[in-house]
Amino acid sequence: MSTPQPPTQPAAPAGEAAPGAAHPAFPYPAPGPAYPGYTSPIPVVRTHFGHALASEWTKIKSVRSTMWTLGVFVLLVVGVGLLTGLVVTSTESDLSGESALSLGFFGLLLGSMCVITLGVLTTASEYGTGMIRTTMVACPSRGRVLLAKALVFFLVAFAVTLLSTTVVAFLHVAMLKGNNAGDPTGNEWLKATLGISLYIALLGTLSLAVGSVVRHSAGAITLMIGAVLAPLVVAMFMFSSSLEDVRTVLFEYSIPNQLSVFYANSLGTSGPSGWDPLWIMTGLTAVVLGGAFVLLGRRDV
Amino acid sequence: MIELEGLTKRYGEKVAVNNLTFTVRPGIVTGFLGPNGAGKSTTMRMMLGLDRPTAGDVRIDGKHYDRLRDPLKYIGALLDAKAVHGGRTAFNHLLCLARSNGIPRRRVHEVLDTVGLSSVAGKKAKGFSLGMGQRLGIAGALLGDPRILMFDEPVNGLDPEGIHWIRTLMKTLAAQGRTVFVSSHLMSEMALTADHLVVIGQGRLLADTSMADFIAHNSRTYVRIRSPQRERLLDVLHEAGVTVVESGGATLEVDGTGAERIGELAARHRLVLHELSPQRASLEEAFMRLTAESVEYHAHSDASASPQRWGDGWKRG
Repeated sequence: MSTPQPPTQPAAPAGEAAPGAAHPAFPYPAPGPAYPGYTSPIPVVRTHFGHALASEWTKIKSVRSTMWTLGVFVLLVVGVGLLTGLVVTSTESDLSGESALSLGFFGLLLGSMCVITLGVLTTASEYGTGMIRTTMVACPSRGRVLLAKALVFFLVAFAVTLLSTTVVAFLHVAMLKGNNAGDPTGNEWLKATLGISLYIALLGTLSLAVGSVVRHSAGAITLMIGAVLAPLVVAMFMFSSSLEDVRTVLFEYSIPNQLSVFYANSLGTSGPSGWDPLWIMTGLTAVVLGGAFVLLGRRDV
Repeated sequence: MIELEGLTKRYGEKVAVNNLTFTVRPGIVTGFLGPNGAGKSTTMRMMLGLDRPTAGDVRIDGKHYDRLRDPLKYIGALLDAKAVHGGRTAFNHLLCLARSNGIPRRRVHEVLDTVGLSSVAGKKAKGFSLGMGQRLGIAGALLGDPRILMFDEPVNGLDPEGIHWIRTLMKTLAAQGRTVFVSSHLMSEMALTADHLVVIGQGRLLADTSMADFIAHNSRTYVRIRSPQRERLLDVLHEAGVTVVESGGATLEVDGTGAERIGELAARHRLVLHELSPQRASLEEAFMRLTAESVEYHAHSDASASPQRWGDGWKRG
């Protein structure tokens, strides 16, 4: 530390700002709560959550990564769905009464990676580019920004997933009539379209929250893909019989297995069933989003 | 008006901003000056609520930044030109900002026009030069037609025409009664634009003064003299009680005495002068003297002063 240097001149007393021959008297009185500052002709609007939503909606639709990730997502879900359907019909396999909807699983498992990527990018890319500072200056309420991001992303991801899964579901049912596929019940239809769409959109929102905590796109994407795949891989290598229980839990609660529950072709017999995965994912997303919310308020941007 | 009170920011052991207290007033351009790493950007980030102060307070017209209901109409800030998503077009970038504060779309066209980026409104920001990025940042700052404007190193990367433009812009904005706060590490730049000056070094306040006073206090005025009759001139000046600072060779420097008096003295004693010129030490020198002890990253000037050492080292090694 250097020795402090005295200011050349003590701070000018209030009201005596910057006199001098070079600069004629400035047209303002002593600083105080009321001074004739500049008044803009633009009407003043009290900003609210709606403004943040509008801003985030403009953001998500004005970057190409949205088109890329969601485009590839639709391509994977519909394309892989169509392919599996074609394979089953061309080989004249017998589904022996199983619902045709279950074939949608493979495309969606692959497609989930795209939603994870977009979710992470929605928050983390702002840190990578520095945009976050501009965003937070425009909307100093940090929680509002995160919530607006999460809501806009959730709705976009949900809408796109619902559209693709519904298309695939109708395709499969129509294609596999001749392969002894069972008629899906109303609940099976709901799970394979609405249920899975909510789950995928929540998985993406979880990624968005992780992106906000990690603040690094590549890091957060790797973390999320690891979270999806690691439990299955780890479980595979648990040969010891003493770890049998852990292995089963890892299998059953792994995200791929949770996804398959929506198609009623779970890898195990115990573990989550019915609509359970949706509640699990809702809870998990809420907790991580809450953590991201608290951290965002505490950390420097 | 922006008021800082005892503003302090610590990163672990390191104190980036140390107990800063000053006021930025409306109607004038206030220059915020300091060498690299002095804490200018950290201070500005704290003013905008981006960084939380370790201690102290910043108030914008009496309110904390995050209490502002219409932030973009209150403060416009250019923090750094890179605070933009490169994949977005200039227009869309500004539209996102406008939407967040309920600013109408046509205002985006207006500010693009003001900064001269209308022709590239549909181009992606990542293809922008540093100067264009700087203009886009300024457009963002002007978007809400705010009463307070903050620019962090706005002339960085601008060409001479752009520099001239930003100087005029800042003066115009201040003349409209707005508060204009602009940081720089170049004294010469501030001398041309700022009316008031706040100087910091290593996070401490070194000066808070009007530009005119700063110039009067800090720039040394002297008279430079060259004469073939150097010895006689020295005697004459000595007899007249004029203090001479010799500056090597044939030139003499005289502090605190007008050129007129020296000229008259020389004429009376029939001395030949080859040069008699009043000089003013540059403000850059004054600034460097003021911040000399607080500069964090010193370049070792002796290395360049004796280049032969390099060769010597080789021979001995």
